[in-house]
Amino acid sequence: MLKTDVVVIGAGAVGCAVARELSKYAVDVIVVEKNDDVGGDASKSNSAIIHTGYDAAPGTLESQLVVAANPMYDEIVKDLDVPFSRIGAILPAITQEQFEKLPEIKEKAFRNHVYDIEYKSGEQLLEMEPNLNPEVKGGLWIPRESIIDPFIFVQAMAENACANGVRFLLNTKVTDIHTENGKIKSVVTTDETIETKYVINCAGLYCDEIAQMVGKAEYKVVARKGQFFILDKNTSCRVEHIVLPIPTKVTKGKLMCPTIHGNMLVGPTAEDQDSKTDKSTSAEGLASITADVTNLVPNVNVRDTITQYSGLRPNRNPEGLHFDIWDDLEGYVNLSGVRSTGLTLSVSMGKYVVEQMLYHGAGFKLKDHFIKERKGIVKFSECSLEEQDALIKENPLYANVVCRCETITEAEILEAIHRPLGARTVDAVKRRVRAGMGRCQAGFCGPKVIEILARELHCEPTDINKNIEGSYMVTGTTR
Amino acid sequence: MNNMKCDVVIIGGGPAGLAAAIAAKQEGAEKVLIVERDHALGGILQQCIHPGFGLTRFGEELTGPEYYSRFVDQANELGVEYMLGAMVLQVNNETNEVICTGSEYGLACIQAGSIVLAMGCRERTRAGIMVPGTRPSGLFTAGSAQRLVNRQNIMVGKKVVILGSGDIGMIMARRMSLEGAKVVMVVELMDYLAGLTRNRVQCLDDFGIPLKLSHTITRIEGDERVTGVWVAPVDENKKPIAEQAELVECDTVLFSVGLLPENELTRKAGIEINPVTNGPAVNQYMQTSSPSVFACGNVVHVNDLVDNVSAESAVAGKYAAMYAMGKLKDAQKNVPCVTGRNVRYLCPQSIDANQKDGKVTLYFRVLQPEQKVTLVARCGDEILAKHKEILVNPGEMNHLTIDTNMISGSDVTVEVVKEA
Repeated sequence: MLKTDVVVIGAGAVGCAVARELSKYAVDVIVVEKNDDVGGDASKSNSAIIHTGYDAAPGTLESQLVVAANPMYDEIVKDLDVPFSRIGAILPAITQEQFEKLPEIKEKAFRNHVYDIEYKSGEQLLEMEPNLNPEVKGGLWIPRESIIDPFIFVQAMAENACANGVRFLLNTKVTDIHTENGKIKSVVTTDETIETKYVINCAGLYCDEIAQMVGKAEYKVVARKGQFFILDKNTSCRVEHIVLPIPTKVTKGKLMCPTIHGNMLVGPTAEDQDSKTDKSTSAEGLASITADVTNLVPNVNVRDTITQYSGLRPNRNPEGLHFDIWDDLEGYVNLSGVRSTGLTLSVSMGKYVVEQMLYHGAGFKLKDHFIKERKGIVKFSECSLEEQDALIKENPLYANVVCRCETITEAEILEAIHRPLGARTVDAVKRRVRAGMGRCQAGFCGPKVIEILARELHCEPTDINKNIEGSYMVTGTTR
Repeated sequence: MNNMKCDVVIIGGGPAGLAAAIAAKQEGAEKVLIVERDHALGGILQQCIHPGFGLTRFGEELTGPEYYSRFVDQANELGVEYMLGAMVLQVNNETNEVICTGSEYGLACIQAGSIVLAMGCRERTRAGIMVPGTRPSGLFTAGSAQRLVNRQNIMVGKKVVILGSGDIGMIMARRMSLEGAKVVMVVELMDYLAGLTRNRVQCLDDFGIPLKLSHTITRIEGDERVTGVWVAPVDENKKPIAEQAELVECDTVLFSVGLLPENELTRKAGIEINPVTNGPAVNQYMQTSSPSVFACGNVVHVNDLVDNVSAESAVAGKYAAMYAMGKLKDAQKNVPCVTGRNVRYLCPQSIDANQKDGKVTLYFRVLQPEQKVTLVARCGDEILAKHKEILVNPGEMNHLTIDTNMISGSDVTVEVVKEA
């Protein structure tokens, strides 16, 4: 039996932001995560955009939190050493019908207190973005829409929380929550049972199942699939900003934007489904992305794709972002409806959750010493020749390039494995240092990464998983 | 940073780099240096432990390691130098500098008289051909599975479906069978074989492995490890016929769906790339658009026989040495090589018609399989070379040798003429 003050369920963006915020206080926190790695499900397969909230439903909690979160990123990405860029978004109107919708969109942005949205003429937009559909009639410019590395962002929050004393139980699933006299008593997991005063449900796709354990399931999570393409860094038709479609009544539509590492991202689809695990892509979904994005950027070449993936947004039925604390269940905090804006609003949500808990009587006291900063893994490929030379002199493994597409060295892979909350799987290595994220998709470095993981973790290659339990990479030795 | 100097620096110590190095030495270049990212020479041939190499060049059947060992021995005799475990980060074609890194050398800057690109190729992936479905483990390109099996002695799976009838895929079908795995089938989108016919006979037919032509994988199943694939026939437009898709159980899928020249360094250096081959455009000296930079082997265009790579790379090595020694005159009269009927690409893409020792071999691939044809190289109406073939297909490269002294017009066209 473990004992703690707070159990956070889920190590996605929101769970890690909540944990990091709590780690500023003198409370004991355990994060329980079913996956082998921090980073969540929805938090690691999305468009990697930090939104402004210009298009949220005005007056809602979601609008408040997204709008509040965006300006926080300047500081947090500096503190946590996270790749981030304020490249801005453009919303081009291609048809007259779309053009007529612009005032409505702008007015809504103002109601969301996003005042820096501006009109641009067709010529101005084409100057900013030469690959745009030349039919463009004009559009809107939203300067603070930004891109981020979503993997490193969540890892950074988790690592920083960890440095401030938060414990993480990975590969551990919550199976039940016990209450006593209207109060939280303990959390039962596939590992140990944890006695705790507070439970914060940040379980994303599975938050309804957790809520059910305490009889608070007033909603269902509906997984909304989004399929994406990633294009090669060398693709000829690029955009330099986030290019967003004008939303229709039915859908927010599909976008094209650069990723923080210089690839192009196109997508997503929006498909409601019953399964919370089916993350497959489909020929129809991918075709619909091509068709829609071609309207915005006619020369986009999806044949330059290096990978396709899909993510599941944990949409809520009934809809909307909800934060719940109940009078008859002391110590239980429930978050639901954290959907596509979840990555953005994680940082403000972390603050909001703790503030609400304090307001509801949690007597958390601020610590004297909070470690505010976290340093990321040095990226050899981004260093100058002088810096590279110095790195190699300090550690010769920086001279050993393992992933040739992204120029990732053995030193970086070892650090990914050996730092706190380190990588245990092939995908976890990839999400930390990008080995295998390039155009050969681990064709060359994959066999070496398996070898390095087995060597460093003192196990057999057959013990190495791609990601989850059961996703073994190889089956044995040759005859 | 270590500063080094040499006459010819060769990037890549596979069959192309080795042959180029030997030729450069033989031509008289004093210091010839191979920079190789692996910890041994030989390139991809290190994992090609099967026989079938060297029939053209040596008149005998060698394994990959036997084949490259002959070149390594010769390179050693001639005094070719090499850096192993060294990865080139930058090629600067203006200053003729190559920057590389390796645990034994640290960061090094090599100043050279000329540069030979011999980085080889990489494999097209599952994602590259957009096969929908889940993203479980157990999906490998045929070559990376081959590395695991043949170099790391690790088995990748037990029940295998192979997509693509390329040579590596077929060779891996046999290899996996010999290691006790069940190869369920080889699935090929086209209505003809992608690789060499001899590999179909020796690797599939002899092992009773079915080849499904005009079929493709339409979907991958499995959340953790792959559990199966949907295989469907395709119509004449290569579109899968969904109603006829069948689920084939497997725990491993190997993709042998094409090779792509690896030209990251070439692109970064701003060297002109041919859009069809995806390799640098070259003249008959294997000289790129940047005169001090030469290229050979699969980095230029993907070959099916290493014997051709060796021959072509010797050309690159020879002229790179001449360039470094100031003996190669600037190309004076560049004549483009033009693809005619049923020719997908040609290499080289241009010819300097002022060359004195005027023999040039034009390598090319056809677009479509065709029977009873004549391969023709012509300049205007004048036939430069012709050759009859019973069968041509895109999987097997063809060539014609012409005499540059006969070039009088403005281009050289190669075409496949159907016999009446």
